Amino acid sequence: MSSVGESSRRKEGPEKLTGVAKYVDDYHLPNCLQGVTLRSSIARGVIKEIRFDPSYDWDSVVVATAKDIPGENYVYLIEVDQPLLVDREVHHAEEPILVLGHKDRAKAYEALSHIEVEYEPWDPVLTMEEALVGKRILYGDDNVFKRFEISKGDVEQGFKDADVIVSKEYRVPHQEQAYLENNGMAAWEEDDGTLVLMGSIQCPFYVHKAMLPLFAREPEKVRVIQATTGGGFGGKEEYPNMIAGHAALLALKAKRPVKMIYDRHEDMRATTKRHPARVRHRTGVTKDGALVAQDIDVLMDGGAYVTLSPVVLSRGILHASGPYECPNVRIVGRVIATNTPPNGAFRGFGAPQTLFAAELQMEAIASRLKMDPVSLRQTNLFRIGSITATGQTLRESVGAENVLDRVLSRSKFRQKKSQHARWNGSKTKPTWRGIGLATVFHGDGFTGSGEVFLRSRAGIELVHDGTLRIDAASTEIGQGTTSILAQIVADALDVPYDWIDVETPDTSKVPNSGPTVASRTCMVVGGLLHKAAKKLKKALVQAGANWPLTREALATSAARACGKKRSIDFVEQYRKPGDVTWDEETYRGDAYGVYSYAAMVVDLEIDKTTYEVTVRDVITAQDVGKAINPLLVEGQIIGGTAQALGYALLENTVVDDRGVMQNAQLTNYIIPTALDMPTMDVTIVEEPYSKGPFGAKGVGELPMDIPAPAVAAAIYDATGLFMAELPILPERLCQALHDSAQS
Amino acid sequence: MIQLKVNGKQRSFRGRRFKRLIDVLREDFDLTGTKEGCGEGECGACSVFVDGELVNSCLIPVYQADGARVETVEALGDPDALDPLQASFLTEGGAQCGICTPGMLMSAWAFVRDGGRDDLDAIRTALAGNLCRCTGYQHIVSSVVATVRDKTRTSARRRTKKK
Ligand code: FES
Ligand code: FES
Repeated sequence: MSSVGESSRRKEGPEKLTGVAKYVDDYHLPNCLQGVTLRSSIARGVIKEIRFDPSYDWDSVVVATAKDIPGENYVYLIEVDQPLLVDREVHHAEEPILVLGHKDRAKAYEALSHIEVEYEPWDPVLTMEEALVGKRILYGDDNVFKRFEISKGDVEQGFKDADVIVSKEYRVPHQEQAYLENNGMAAWEEDDGTLVLMGSIQCPFYVHKAMLPLFAREPEKVRVIQATTGGGFGGKEEYPNMIAGHAALLALKAKRPVKMIYDRHEDMRATTKRHPARVRHRTGVTKDGALVAQDIDVLMDGGAYVTLSPVVLSRGILHASGPYECPNVRIVGRVIATNTPPNGAFRGFGAPQTLFAAELQMEAIASRLKMDPVSLRQTNLFRIGSITATGQTLRESVGAENVLDRVLSRSKFRQKKSQHARWNGSKTKPTWRGIGLATVFHGDGFTGSGEVFLRSRAGIELVHDGTLRIDAASTEIGQGTTSILAQIVADALDVPYDWIDVETPDTSKVPNSGPTVASRTCMVVGGLLHKAAKKLKKALVQAGANWPLTREALATSAARACGKKRSIDFVEQYRKPGDVTWDEETYRGDAYGVYSYAAMVVDLEIDKTTYEVTVRDVITAQDVGKAINPLLVEGQIIGGTAQALGYALLENTVVDDRGVMQNAQLTNYIIPTALDMPTMDVTIVEEPYSKGPFGAKGVGELPMDIPAPAVAAAIYDATGLFMAELPILPERLCQALHDSAQS
Repeated sequence: MIQLKVNGKQRSFRGRRFKRLIDVLREDFDLTGTKEGCGEGECGACSVFVDGELVNSCLIPVYQADGARVETVEALGDPDALDPLQASFLTEGGAQCGICTPGMLMSAWAFVRDGGRDDLDAIRTALAGNLCRCTGYQHIVSSVVATVRDKTRTSARRRTKKK
């Protein structure tokens, strides 16, 4: 009876398809207030006075400010620099100043408009470049939140050995997660004094931990429950800590339940986005295309507070040299403080930024060497035994060449390329056509020692009546967590998928299996559950169970195994594999236990009149170790590709003179529709990983890394324009053509 | 007082005439299947039928629907008795996080009801008013294709039987 490898139906699918599934705003909470937030209108300065309109009736309104916080005024994450509510100093526009509640949401918004804040404005720092000049210091003594350096071999010597040196600068913008369900949280206090938070979240235990210092509470007095969550993509990794704090503060003050549900405008303006970045490459190559030196400088805009920026930067630089082996590498990364809303987690977590640059740099090198970009990649691509920039030797599960071969043959890459050249040669054609390629890798799980520090725990509960229930804090946010974890457990126990229940992520019921991020759920949490299931099976065998197991026999042996207890738990904790080493100080060693790999070919067409780009074909192959559920893996690949095609071609965050998103609407922040997407050709490649359950690695983020450079390569093929900045909008293409005609 | 026939049931609403239809459905009639993604007619998550016509319920003041028939996602099947369209979404992977799904189903339903064929461009056009950030649309399109093909097969069978 095998479940792994089957496209089992999504466990929670029927509820979602009938409108029965409850998202946070679908819960009816008796006597509930609707919470809204007053936010700073300036980017930097000091609050002098907050005035409440005396002619307005404040009786039915509850207001909470920083003074109402019973504990300490910070939102716990990596550092404790970000306040829950501004006390005095404003560090970015849209920073929360106070929260208020009314039982009617429209009235709550109306009340906001009767509050006036008087500021003493200071000159803000709105760009990374300005921050680096250091005229105004926002953080430390140089406005650098964090700096990392990776060094391998001797870069200067490498450049001396090079026949050709190619230098380029790349830029990528903010990107909005644009989950279709905005951030939302409900909070209330139970009669026994437990503070309960329920909302749209990726990481229940992050929220739990953040509530303790704010409300000066013992861990047992805080409970966090995940409601059905309408997409996350990283945007509900750390931000929920903030909105949970606001909802809880108001609920405690009002002594009644509070719901805070953002509207689209507020969600886009105030919550985290992908870090904009500037990446500079200087690469030395021999004339036959062997990389001999890579010198890479990565700059990311962190916004006003540290949030997760150091970790995003870390993943960014660890992917900055691409899936290629080079003997001499230097990568310097810095994430900078500015007076803009903090940036944070977004699918790919720093890697899409640096991989865009790394892959397009390969195109630049190929063009300089007049070499075929495929052969250039093949010359340098990771294979078994390759040594990465951090000195990690890749010992197993390296699918890089395999995925590249697949897409080349499936896309008829070379044939298409010459067809397009002929098409473009004709002046009378209404379009230019181009085909482009990229190859990327993505480290699975937390970086370096991250998984060791997390010490994740996950388990399976065997109830005396034969119920089998997975207990983990890993959240279902659309990617299929619930289903794949159940498949892994079902297979390990050799029982049908339908027999496996999955507990709601609720901090009072499940162990902390770590955050649902970093493409780690299947590989790490799935791995723990796989081990737990094997132990559970052994216990059942000892209790007399035989396979094939019937439901009755399961119940009998469960009752026997449980004895007098209602149930027994089989919980596993993460342990570091013996052969993995990482030095946080020097950034040397095994940055990740294993990597996933992808290759993609994009075939597109550009209208010669409007410069609109139409993606005609996407052909991709992605090595995920083992597809536990091929349909869900394909869903991740296609969905991630769509999001990244948006990043490449459509999604343009326009920032106003306060550093805030101006087009904070789905009307003019354009994400792809069904008509913008081609039918994609997806091949799943399985190069098994010995430490993953059934060989599985990760897939959640990998597809986000690859489309943008493939698109830029195709545009280069079509037009000869090297578009080193995203998004590649028609007006930018028009400008670039104009400029190239001038020169 | 405003009278509506919602999913076959007669309902009445007393309150602000300009209250949005989506809010009346969700707050007053407890039909929370209909979702809000943008509140300004861009995302289609709030799609419902008013007198058989597909509309964004976030853009409609309830008084405009006075006397009308309204159908929401709740008019389709139940978790243990899915409608064929919902069943295809389940087998084809048409729903991920599920927040766009009720609206997507309404648009797909309208397409199938109006005799839509398994033509990919036509399906994509029919769904173009519904944003989805999870799926990249392909599995949604294949869900609709599967539904349409099943329907043609069943109606072909029915025709043969009749002969
Ligand atoms: S909520 Fe109505 S269209 Fe988005
Ligand atoms: S399934 Fe998540 S938005 Fe469509």
